[in-house]
Amino acid sequence: MLGLERKDTLLLIAVAFITLFAPIILNPFPAGSALAQFNAGYPDLMQRFVIFGIFAIGFNILFGLTGYLSFGHAAFLGIGSYSAVWMFKLLSMNVIPAILLSIVMAGLFALVIGFVSLRRSGIYFSILTLAFAQMSYNLAYSVLTPITNGETGLQLTLSDPRILDGDTGGGLPVTSLFGAEMRETTTLFIGPWSWDFSVGYYFCAVLMLLAFYLSVRIFRSPFGMMLRAVKSNQQRMNYTGLNTRPYTLAAFVISGMYAGLAGGLLAAMDPLAGADRMQWTASGEVVLMTILGGAGTLIGPVLGAGFIKYFENIFSKINDGILHQWFAFMPDGLENVMVALIHPFIGKGWHLTLGIMFMLVVIFLPGGLVEGAQRTGRMFRRRDRNADHVESDAARQRAAAE
Amino acid sequence: MRRQNFSRRGLLRTGAIGGAGLALPTIFTSSASAFTNAPTGSAVTLGFNVPQTGAYADEGADELRAFELAVEHLNGGGDGGMLNTFSSKALDGTGIMGKKVEFVTGDTQTKSDAARASAQSMIQKDGAIMISGGSSSGVAVAVQGLCQEAGVIFMSGLTHSNDTTGKDRKANGFRHFFNAYMSAAALAPVLQNLYGTDRKAYHLTADYTWGWTQEESIAAATEAMGWQTTEKVRTPLGAGDFSSYIAPVLNSGADVLVLNHYGGDMVNSLTQAVQFGLRERQANGQDFQIVVPLYSELMARGAGSAIAGIPGSQNWDWKLEDEGTKAFVKSFGEKYGFPPSQAAHTCYVQTLLYADAVTRAGDFNPCAVVEALEGYEFDGLGNGPTLYRAEDHQCFKDVVVVKGAENPQDEFHLVEIVEVTPTEQVTYAPDHPMFAGGALGECNPGA
Repeated sequence: MLGLERKDTLLLIAVAFITLFAPIILNPFPAGSALAQFNAGYPDLMQRFVIFGIFAIGFNILFGLTGYLSFGHAAFLGIGSYSAVWMFKLLSMNVIPAILLSIVMAGLFALVIGFVSLRRSGIYFSILTLAFAQMSYNLAYSVLTPITNGETGLQLTLSDPRILDGDTGGGLPVTSLFGAEMRETTTLFIGPWSWDFSVGYYFCAVLMLLAFYLSVRIFRSPFGMMLRAVKSNQQRMNYTGLNTRPYTLAAFVISGMYAGLAGGLLAAMDPLAGADRMQWTASGEVVLMTILGGAGTLIGPVLGAGFIKYFENIFSKINDGILHQWFAFMPDGLENVMVALIHPFIGKGWHLTLGIMFMLVVIFLPGGLVEGAQRTGRMFRRRDRNADHVESDAARQRAAAE
Repeated sequence: MRRQNFSRRGLLRTGAIGGAGLALPTIFTSSASAFTNAPTGSAVTLGFNVPQTGAYADEGADELRAFELAVEHLNGGGDGGMLNTFSSKALDGTGIMGKKVEFVTGDTQTKSDAARASAQSMIQKDGAIMISGGSSSGVAVAVQGLCQEAGVIFMSGLTHSNDTTGKDRKANGFRHFFNAYMSAAALAPVLQNLYGTDRKAYHLTADYTWGWTQEESIAAATEAMGWQTTEKVRTPLGAGDFSSYIAPVLNSGADVLVLNHYGGDMVNSLTQAVQFGLRERQANGQDFQIVVPLYSELMARGAGSAIAGIPGSQNWDWKLEDEGTKAFVKSFGEKYGFPPSQAAHTCYVQTLLYADAVTRAGDFNPCAVVEALEGYEFDGLGNGPTLYRAEDHQCFKDVVVVKGAENPQDEFHLVEIVEVTPTEQVTYAPDHPMFAGGALGECNPGA
């Protein structure tokens, strides 16, 4: 279906299913319960899941396929955000022109940066991209303050021209898709549960599915095969008389445009663009997401993005007061000991927890979370079904031969 | 194969239709209330969004302590603190309008993006009806904008930039803390007494909204009394090492260094400036001097002996002699074992002011709260008589001018009060050029 093999179609359907029902899946605990702390199904975080999913999918097209490790991808995220906010300020609060401009601008920057950086490979490529990203960050932070508003971040104001929109009345206008406001949320209450369905989330989710589909097509295309060949042995390809530069540059620009899309969406959900979106830590984060989820796999980067954003937003909000509630059933002394033991890993210590998880994954599951899922799957799959699969493949070949 | 393909497409379609169908009835369930996060049960949730990591982490930790104390007092725990000295008697220790006060916390990381994400999760996930805290003006401006859009009240914590209630002012945002203009207005006469009128100043400035406006304010105020400004150098927030910025000061011809830094940045830059021997130097036939316009006890503790004799300004100091301050210092000291910082004070006061405004308005609706706070005059919260001005939602009150103690008796007496500058001297018009270009807009109740 849609030009995909059976396995990929199933994967796409599974991803589509999960994204469609994410508001329900991510809110498994009743709103009032103690475990509601772990619910992640509120619009802002779900939007972040899919937006950073797009970012990581794009990064994976470059890193997973060609093996070029870019350490400056956050620059394109930031460029996308700034472009989008400027579109909101100057043209219209409709998200379509903003997102188009952010993709185009990120693509242009990727073309220039890629053209220079791709002259080198390996660590030198990483350093070059890092240098470009830090340059962009510092430009946005101080030199280009009239365009970027420095550390404060670019924001909407009442006095912006917005030539396509009419007068918006007293308050700040909100981003919308032909009238459907991005922040519009409807809440469904069933028993003790509550689920938020937001326009913004579904808009991002649809774009994420498109981005995912496109990435599957790229992975399975001759172009994707060429990129894999670059990863396995670029020298050999050069010796056979093939110029790999256009392929790697194309991959770089495509993944830059993915990052631009993600940046534009971030601004569309929350019209603010700050310089720290471009900082090297943000570039490192997408590398972490991809490796954590499984570099070179289709679904891995999305999982990694969700994993990291979950920790950042949920674990950082658990404080000692909440811990005391959890362990309230214990005797006082034991309760305090438990709280003291867990304290370094929650709240501001969420980086520590994430770091430990990352180490565990890299040591025991070098293929990332995807490898973990595969291993679990293999454990439960019946052997005879596997055998069946192999035979059916042979049978198909024979049928084709006949 | 073909038939199978068809059924898969059908599955996809069913999934899409199912999702849409599931979402459809929700149109009828939403917006039951008149404003965002209207409290329904027996409790009301406040969101305290403070920096727990980064250059302002110390301030954030102290703010969190103050918030906890404020919530305890609102719910009738402890000794009541400033509730007993507050000029308004609307609060009676039974929470806010009979609802128990609960709170959630978050880490702003001193980054606008992270702060907005954290505030967003408090509003959307935890149902917070008011957001407070923050220890950076960049963050305050960003979160204030978010609260305006989401339709909740923002009671800013420590933010000193003119822009917060100047060009970035918002109808849903309120600031109790003083600002850079007030610092400059209070500090200038003191600097004139101390160092005369023939001085050349060199500014090192944190490169963001607060640094810019403080640099502008101090330069304007000192130039008005005859000083010259030789150079203004911007440094990145959280730079850590300032030696490369301080070395050029030595040969710049300046004889005063103005450090527009705060928190960990100020501790580092001041310590390094002292290590470079700036204070023993002579320039233009006068002793070289250092000025830190925005001061705090926490920074003084971090900078240690380097702070001795250096003048600056504060919003409040725990050594003030009024009843409100005494009550607050007593209950904070009993709970935590040391006196509160000005960051703690402003956050505590903001929480009380919010609770009081809701109670007086008899309504949690943000627009009612805005109305109750605008033009509100109160006393007994540590700063003397104070006005929440309606035009820009800025508090007007006395400013404390301080200097580092030469021989501190212990680590809590590192700062001495030089004088308390009266309100009239630091008041300005709402359309003052340094604050122009903004508009409050209309209050937004959300939903």
